[in-house]
Order: sequence, then structure tokens, then C-alpha cells
Amino acid sequence: MSAANTITYREAMREAIREALRRDDRVFLMGEDVGAYGGCFAVSLGLLEEFGPERVRDTPLSEAAFVGAGIGAALGGMRPIVEIMTVNFSLLALDQILNNAATLLHMSGGQLNVPLVIRMTTGAGRQLAAQHSHSLEGWYAHIPGLRILAPATVEDARGMLWPALEDPDPVLIFEHGSLYGVSGQPGPGQVDITSAALRRSGKDVTLIAYGGTTGKALAAADVLSAEGTEADVVDLRVLRPLDDATIMESVGRTHRAVIVDEGWRSGGLSAEIGIRIAEQAFYQLDAPIQRVCTAEVPIPYARHLEEAALPQVPSIVAAAREAVAS
Amino acid sequence: MRRQDEAEDLVQLLTPEGERVVHPGYDLDLPKSQYRGLYRDMTLVRRLDREAFALQRLGELGMWIPCLGQEAAQIGSGRALEPDDHVFPSYREHGVAWCRGIPPLTLMGMLRGTTNGGWDPRHTGFHLYTIVLGVQTLHAVGYAMGMRRDGDSSAVVAYFGDGAASEGDVSEAFNFAAVYNAPVVFFCQNNQWAISQPVDRQSRAPIHHRARGYGFPGVRVDGNDVLACLAVTRAALEHARRGDGPFLIEAHTYRMGPHTTSDDPGRYRPAEEVEEWQRKDPIARMRAFLLREELADDAFFREVDEEGDRLALELREGVISMPDPPVDAMFDHVYTGRHTLLEEERAWYAAYLDRFEEPRA
Ligand SMILES: Cc1ncc(C[n+]2csc(CCOP(=O)(O)OP(=O)(O)O)c2C)c(N)n1
Ligand SMILES: [Mg+2]
Repeated sequence: MSAANTITYREAMREAIREALRRDDRVFLMGEDVGAYGGCFAVSLGLLEEFGPERVRDTPLSEAAFVGAGIGAALGGMRPIVEIMTVNFSLLALDQILNNAATLLHMSGGQLNVPLVIRMTTGAGRQLAAQHSHSLEGWYAHIPGLRILAPATVEDARGMLWPALEDPDPVLIFEHGSLYGVSGQPGPGQVDITSAALRRSGKDVTLIAYGGTTGKALAAADVLSAEGTEADVVDLRVLRPLDDATIMESVGRTHRAVIVDEGWRSGGLSAEIGIRIAEQAFYQLDAPIQRVCTAEVPIPYARHLEEAALPQVPSIVAAAREAVAS
Repeated sequence: MRRQDEAEDLVQLLTPEGERVVHPGYDLDLPKSQYRGLYRDMTLVRRLDREAFALQRLGELGMWIPCLGQEAAQIGSGRALEPDDHVFPSYREHGVAWCRGIPPLTLMGMLRGTTNGGWDPRHTGFHLYTIVLGVQTLHAVGYAMGMRRDGDSSAVVAYFGDGAASEGDVSEAFNFAAVYNAPVVFFCQNNQWAISQPVDRQSRAPIHHRARGYGFPGVRVDGNDVLACLAVTRAALEHARRGDGPFLIEAHTYRMGPHTTSDDPGRYRPAEEVEEWQRKDPIARMRAFLLREELADDAFFREVDEEGDRLALELREGVISMPDPPVDAMFDHVYTGRHTLLEEERAWYAAYLDRFEEPRA
């Protein structure tokens, strides 16, 4: 990787928060250990020192409280960025997110919008066991009223936050824990939060991935390329609303689709994407849709079991081969 | 003996210098051997904790959550329990696990990823560790309500931290326990920190004051004083067993080590604070007391240290020789019995692995 202008995903996220704090004094960050500690994944390192405790707030340990208070602050005209340590702990605030943030606009007849951004870590691969490692973004993508983002690249980590803050409605940003150390170009600093992106072009099969599995899909595409199969890699970027057009355009060209999702298969995001392809591109398909998902188990703690439970490059390659062979 | 001032907000039976003081509300008179036993427990727990930490550094454990500094709070309360009592721990209570007879190797096996849990909570009266903050306080209440329904004369202890005390579940557990008069002792180890957050960022009022608002007693105890922790927990358990309902103990202690093996406390807390607490060390205090009262001699201390060395060696060898579970163990225990979905996944996974085997065979 060339060193010029390269930063990590973590730094990109930090830079995005820094820029937002500078640009708009209604913006503030709150959550557990975000201040003095610099965030449990070191995303907000140095921001307390730079912006002070009014704008970078260490909260008591209460997910329901800081998400709920975030909603209240947003209703009062602020632009809170709330950080939840991991998606598993967001469940303690699920009532606030689903019954409140996502529904207040509707239930107030359009009077009360909630311009709240919630960032959280998602995903496995760090030996943190079954209460820190799940991929529940697919659940959140089920909920009307929310916009769901899954930055997979440094550019998206840098560029998605500001448009999320400008969105008048609640936005959830899922940061896959394995990505923080990944380096890349931050880009111009702002990106769209509406479309999927084609990360690689090929003619034989479409690999559809997002967040933490995008890199694995790209690595699988390299393996496939070496054996003569050229894959399109679609990075969904936005999980709600899904950008059907980009998916269908790709599948229309390759006639084969492999969906990679670190969530569970049953009732998951992969099922949603699969059925959309069946609905919209059925006659373009030359092979059954393949899915590579996490084993339907709580994420194991032991490293080798955890690795086995997750989508990996070899399992993506195997699914793509199957799609291409049929 | 010096008497502690009644108005004082902290129950103490041993000063940091190991001097025995009298408290008007709580007293303790143990056979000599039990005083030595408390010292031995604390020392061995510290030793196993240190060994586990080292094993994590060697890559033999995925992580470790040290209890260094909290031995008195854990041994004092743990030794107050009767065999039929039931404990709902959080994740740092290796000292309580020790008192419940959980082999330390079993604890380490869990953090190595060899087993999930590994001990029988029903048999040991020690529930499995809980990671999501505060949830176990509610489980403890429900369990205690069940005990009362069954006419048991036992009680439940729920451990949680000063940080977890901010979670809604804990407040809801307090209220539920009070309304149902459940025989549960809430044992808060206030170790002054919740990862990087000092306790004054969690709570404006002392945590034990909360109990009164829910209608039950709350007491603050010197959590580095094993005698006080034992005396207060005994009294609290008596209270619960008598049918007088819940009781909150806030043990004032200190997390001497990092939050976990992934943490570096140098990033957020001053070394002077750690040094100050070093002077209140629970084990040094008990040792001073034993010497002062002539309850133990050098030979005893040497024996305990040697026992610690043997334990550490045994643990090291035991951990290193633990087998890794087979990969398909990940499909176990998702449901109680056989389950079609899991069997499909298991079969799919085996077939998937076979594909890799074939070319080699
Ligand atoms: C609901 C929930 N939120 C956040 C966390 C992450 N977390 C793990 S331990 C911890 C600090 C807990 O502090 P405290 O309750 O004082 O216990 P201590 O670690 O000091 O023993 C945090 C924030 C968690 N496990 N569960
Ligand atoms: Mg604490």
C-alpha cells in the first residue's frame, strides 16, 4: 500500500468526527469510554483533549440512557453522534431505537424528526465471544424509519458521517471491528449514502458483500481470477434502503450471484437480497443464488471455532465455483 | 480495641495496618484456623490470577480478567455463603468461584476456549460468568423468588460493578427484589473504575444509598478488609434468609490491574492513585493482623507461598495440555436436543471440509 495520503479506517472515522465537531456546534459525541480512553476501539482518541467534555461526553454505563438522551437532544435541535461499544449492547437500547427514534416522525404526524446518528461496532473475528460479536445490522435494516450504513472502506469511513448527520432522520452506522486497522485513501471527504458500489468488475459471477465481508469477497475474487473466473464485487454500503439497481445491473451481466453476509442465513439480510434478485432478475439468472453466511450458532469464543463459523475466503470461493459450475 | 464511629459510613474491622477495630453493628469472632484460611484463600487466588495473566501473555488464554486487589471483597463475601446459597457473578469473581469450589483450571479452560462454562452451576451454587453488564442481577432476583416459593432457607448473592450499577437492569432488579421481598444480596464491588470511567462519573450519590429508595438496607464496607466483608455479608445473608428481603452491600475496593488483558490503565489513571491503594492491600493487611495477633508465624506464610507455587505450576501445565475442541463443537448446545437446522448445518460443514480433504487423500 502506498504511504502517500494513506490512513487507517479508524483514523478516517476519527477525522470524520473531528470535522463534524468543527463544522457544526450542534454536533457532539457521547458514549462509554469515548472521552478519556479515546473509545474502546480508539476511534475518538484525542478528541476530548481537542473539543472538551461538553462535546465529547463520557457517559454512565447505560445504553438505554445515552441513546434515549441522544433522541431527546436531537429533538431539541442538537446533532448527536452516539457511540455504542458493540451491536450486542445496542440491544439494551432497542426500545429507544426501534419504538422511538424510528417511529417518532410517523407518530407525530411529521412534526418530530430525529436527526440522530448512532455508530457501533459490529461483527466477529476478534475472539470476543457470543455477546460481543454478532452481526445484527440486518435486523436494523428491517426497520422503517432508519437508514443503515455499513462503511467497508477508508473512504466511506471518512465520508459517510457528515451526510448521515445532515440526514433529518436517524442513521445507524455499523463499523466492522476487523476494519479499524485497514489502511486506504480517505478520498475527498464526503460520499453518497444512497448507493451500492462496484468494487471490482468481472463477467462471470457477482459477489455481493458489505462491511467486514467486502474485503473477503475481494480476496475471493482474486483467487477466482487466478483460476479464470472473473467476479464482480458489489459492496452494498447502504443496507437500508438497498440499492437494487446496482445489484440487478451486475447480476444482469454475470447471471450468477453469491451473497456474502456475516449475519445468519435464516431470515437475514442475505435472504432479502436473494429474494429481490429472484423478484427482479429471475430470468437473467443462469444458476441458483448462493449464500455464504455465518453458521447458525452464537459466535464461538475459541479462535478456530470462530473462524470456522464465519464466511471466509475459501467458503466464498467454493460458493462462487458452485454458481459458475451450474 | 478501637471502636469505629457509629456515624462512619464504612464498615471496617481491620485498619490498613492490620489493627482490629470494633464496629457497633458488625462483629466477627472466628476460630484461629479460619483467620489463617482467609489469608490462604486470598493469597492463592492472587497467585492463580497472576498465573492466568501470564498465560494470556503467552498466548495460552484468549483473555483474562484480573481480580487483583479485590481478593478481600471476594473471599470475605464468598466465605459467608452456605453450600445451598446461590451466586450470580459478573466476570471478575475468580475469588468467589474459588470459595464455591470451582477448580481454577476450569475457569481458565473457559477463557482458553476449551469449554463454554465448564462447571455445573446447580451443583456448585455458582452461576456462569455474565458479560453483558447488570443482567445477572435480574436473574438473581428471579432465582431468589423461586427459592422462596420452594420454602428454601437459602439466599442468592448477585455480584456487579460500580459501572454496571448505572445500567437500568440493576435498578429494576432492586425494585423487583424489594417488591417481592426476594432473598437476594446485591454485592457491588465498587473498584473505583469501569474501564476508563471513574466511579464519580457513574454516580453522584454513594451506590449503597440507593437501597433506601427502594426500601431495603444498604451498607458500605471496606472491600479490602476481608473480615468486614465476611461479617457484613453474613449479616446480609441472615437478613435475606429470615425473610426480610434484599440487602445491598457496596464493597469499597480497587481494581489494581487493568480492566482485562486488553487494557492499559496507564492511559487514564494516575500512578499515584494506584500506589495509594497499594497501601491498603487486602492481603498485606491480613498478614499484618495475623502477625500482630500471633495467629500465624513465618512457617505458615512460607507454606502458603509454596502451595501457591505448586498451584501455579499445576495450572500452567494443565492449561497448556488442554485439548482444543473439535470444530464441529460450534454446533453443540444451540438447542437442548437435536435440531433440524443445526443438523443440516453440521452436515453441510462436514461436506464442505471434505472438499478440502479430497485432493490430499
Ligand atoms: C451492556 C454492556 N455495555 C457495555 C459493556 C462493555 N463493558 C464491559 S466491562 C465494562 C466496565 C464495567 O465496569 P464495572 O461494572 O465497574 O465492573 P468492573 O469491570 O470494574 O469489575 C464495560 C463498559 C458490557 N459488557 N455490557
Ligand atoms: Mg468497576
